[in-house]
Amino acid sequence: MTTTIKPATDVLENKEPKVKGPKASVYKTNQLNLWYGSNHALKNIDLDIKENEVTAIIGPSGCGKSTYIKTLNRMIETIPSVKTSGEIIYRDRNIFGKDYQVEELRTKVGMVFQKPNPFPKSIYDNIAYGPRIHGIKNKKILDEIVEKSLRGAAIWDEVKDRLQENAYGLSGGQQQRICIARCLAIEPDVILMDEPTSALDPISTLKVEELVQDLKKDYSIIIVTHNMQQAARISDKTAFFLNGEVVEYDETDKIFSNPSDSRTEDYISGRFG
Amino acid sequence: MAMNEPKQVSVQDLIAQKSNRGLLAFIEKLIPKLLLAIAAVSVLTTIGIVLTLIVETTIFFSRVSVFDFLTGTEWYPFANSTPTYGILPLIVGTLKIAGIATVVAVPIGIATAIFLSEYASDRVRRIVKPVLEVLAGVPTIVYGYFALTFVTPILRSMFPEIAIFNAISPGIVVGIMIIPMIASLSEDAMSSVPNAMRDGAYALGSTKLEVALKIVLPAALSGIVASTVLAISRAIGETMIVALAAGSTPGFNLDVTGSIQTMTAYIVQVTTGDAGYGTTIYYSIYAVGFTLFLFTLFMNMLAQFISKRFREEY
Amino acid sequence: MRYINHEDVAVRTKKRLTKNLLLKGVFAAATTFGLIVLAVLLYRIITQGSGYLSLDFFTSFSSRIPENSGIRAAIVGSIYLMLVVAPVSMFLGVGTAIYLEEYATKNKFNDLIKVNISNLAGVPSVVFGLLGLTIFVRYFDLGISILAAGLTMSLLILPIIIVASQEAIRAVPNELRDASFAMGATKWQTILRVVLPASIPGILTGSILALSRAIGETAPLVVIGIPTILMFMPDGLMSTFTALPMQIYDWTKRPQVAFHDVAAAGIIVLMALLIIMNSIAVFIRNKYQKRY
Repeated sequence: MTTTIKPATDVLENKEPKVKGPKASVYKTNQLNLWYGSNHALKNIDLDIKENEVTAIIGPSGCGKSTYIKTLNRMIETIPSVKTSGEIIYRDRNIFGKDYQVEELRTKVGMVFQKPNPFPKSIYDNIAYGPRIHGIKNKKILDEIVEKSLRGAAIWDEVKDRLQENAYGLSGGQQQRICIARCLAIEPDVILMDEPTSALDPISTLKVEELVQDLKKDYSIIIVTHNMQQAARISDKTAFFLNGEVVEYDETDKIFSNPSDSRTEDYISGRFG
Repeated sequence: MAMNEPKQVSVQDLIAQKSNRGLLAFIEKLIPKLLLAIAAVSVLTTIGIVLTLIVETTIFFSRVSVFDFLTGTEWYPFANSTPTYGILPLIVGTLKIAGIATVVAVPIGIATAIFLSEYASDRVRRIVKPVLEVLAGVPTIVYGYFALTFVTPILRSMFPEIAIFNAISPGIVVGIMIIPMIASLSEDAMSSVPNAMRDGAYALGSTKLEVALKIVLPAALSGIVASTVLAISRAIGETMIVALAAGSTPGFNLDVTGSIQTMTAYIVQVTTGDAGYGTTIYYSIYAVGFTLFLFTLFMNMLAQFISKRFREEY
Repeated sequence: MRYINHEDVAVRTKKRLTKNLLLKGVFAAATTFGLIVLAVLLYRIITQGSGYLSLDFFTSFSSRIPENSGIRAAIVGSIYLMLVVAPVSMFLGVGTAIYLEEYATKNKFNDLIKVNISNLAGVPSVVFGLLGLTIFVRYFDLGISILAAGLTMSLLILPIIIVASQEAIRAVPNELRDASFAMGATKWQTILRVVLPASIPGILTGSILALSRAIGETAPLVVIGIPTILMFMPDGLMSTFTALPMQIYDWTKRPQVAFHDVAAAGIIVLMALLIIMNSIAVFIRNKYQKRY
């Protein structure tokens, strides 16, 4: 629990003031290609994702949006036949670099999955899992982290009296917020969300969406969604993927009101997908 | 023109001619009863086992007191003047074998399961699993031969105080015999932990080891424990390995370097010997068999209870 | 306030990865252990036994002299035994499986059958020997015969065949049954002509594996009291006999080391038989897997 006080110059160099001027990049993707065996799933992707924003990735099924987000924390490598080329620069380092350990990357980049996947443990142990593997054993600190994370995920009030109960006793929406809290517990820099509301009912979806809005103050969020309204509601920037390519990437307002590519317009207006 | 036209055959008419609904209905009624009778054979087998053991054991207990049998620490049925029938030495011998086997098999079996389920590539898994199945299919007489003619001489060359017949060599070999059982059942339990759970842990920056030990192992624990209990039950009932390599000297002690006797080996000793039908020694094998049966029955029910009661719902 | 120092994490990650690698090695070593044991076991047996393996070994009876010993009576006895075990255990096993999968409704008696089968599978083989000795040898007065031993072995492997057959029958999709019913077939016609043909590969695979367990099983034979030295060939189901594992047991027990090598030769034959049976089972499984 170290509070690092950075010198003022450092702050100026690394983090531009939030109000004016361009924001710093968290992820710069350069000419990324990805193959599942012989299937070319991502083609020459170039994307520059800024910090403290919500970036939505939309597109029809099979367009590569899910593949792309899983590449950002290299979860895609759990599939054995995957090959990549190009680079993804996360905070000035290429994540495919030889000396970059995935474990280190994933500690900084959290992920929330399509289906809630809490561990078959108590709510407390679910949240404390991340801090524990990263060496935090002090019970008092763990307690604080658990509370802070659950509050951060807007679920503290619902579960504070049953932290020792199995997380599987919760509803789907609550489980998903537990997963978000689990992700917050390691204090990531970026949160990747892979269709986080696709398995949830409308009310739970709304809660998660509000949460995303709230979280963007402290985190950079990249969210894949098949739901265009959701992208329009919560994101600052939107990237439209089609057949493994980025068709258009711009301010969300612009994408939804005045897209420059006709294919984007077709998709937005529901002509395919 | 019309006379050469083929006669129209109606399949429906044919069916109506051929059909014998009465017979069919009779068969339909008969078959389930017949099959039920066949299925009852397995129940009859259990009843047969239990009745056999109870009836013959009762005769044994009309000659030897139950209390002496259960609490006696001396098992000398072949003594000429005063034979004693205290089962504890046989139980201790059995537990020595089961204990050594467990110490060998549980760590190796679970480590194998972790390797196959979490680390090995599909290719390696496809090669190793059938080989383990072969190991599980080796007849116990072959393992007994292996214990007596290979493991014992090696142990004796390293530790000269070990006798030709001892508990440690057959214990180790029984352990080797049950490794595939623990490994394969535990691997099944671990493989059925959904990948979403592993992904959740990897996404938090876990190493494979952390995923294996902190997520998969706890989630699969009931299956792993159940498989271990089943394997120990198998070790308790194992006969040929101990009959060949453990000796026939029941003793109420903790020594594993000298000759011992297990419950199973005693039954073999009597049935290969010339103890006549109707003697107390003859009936004693049923009392010992009954004790053995209760031990393994308890372990099996425990395994079933564990896997049902503590099954994780994902 | 931040609790996690990401610079520390980077340092710790290296340690954690080293630990991971180290334990991966341990797990791999444990896995290899089983493979090594199997290799050593086979190597030992082949080097020890191959010297005695000749045509004479198959045509001679057991003998006082290691060089003259053979497995003539034993191998014929084992084959006779299988001639009893295979039909009896398959008839009972497949019948029970059909009953449980196709007819049994959920009631207490059927639950009892199921619980009973899984418990029967855990009964030590030596206890089955006691059952055979008491019921078949003495009560039914079959004597120490092929029939008595065969029936005992059939009951011993019955649970394995039941479970394997149940799985095979369960794997037949309901669409096939529906298609048959929709043409007016009765339940038994459907089972006999649709379900059984579709599940026969699975049933055969499981049954062959169960039979290979029976052919190597020794303890029940010892308890029943079948002789180890037999100088004549069995001539019928009521004849007394000896079997391959029994013969191996006898040779292994003898004090003369030369007989250990004879036992090893017997083991080679036994293992070869098992490998042939297992290969047939695997062949059937692979050839007929997932036809629907």
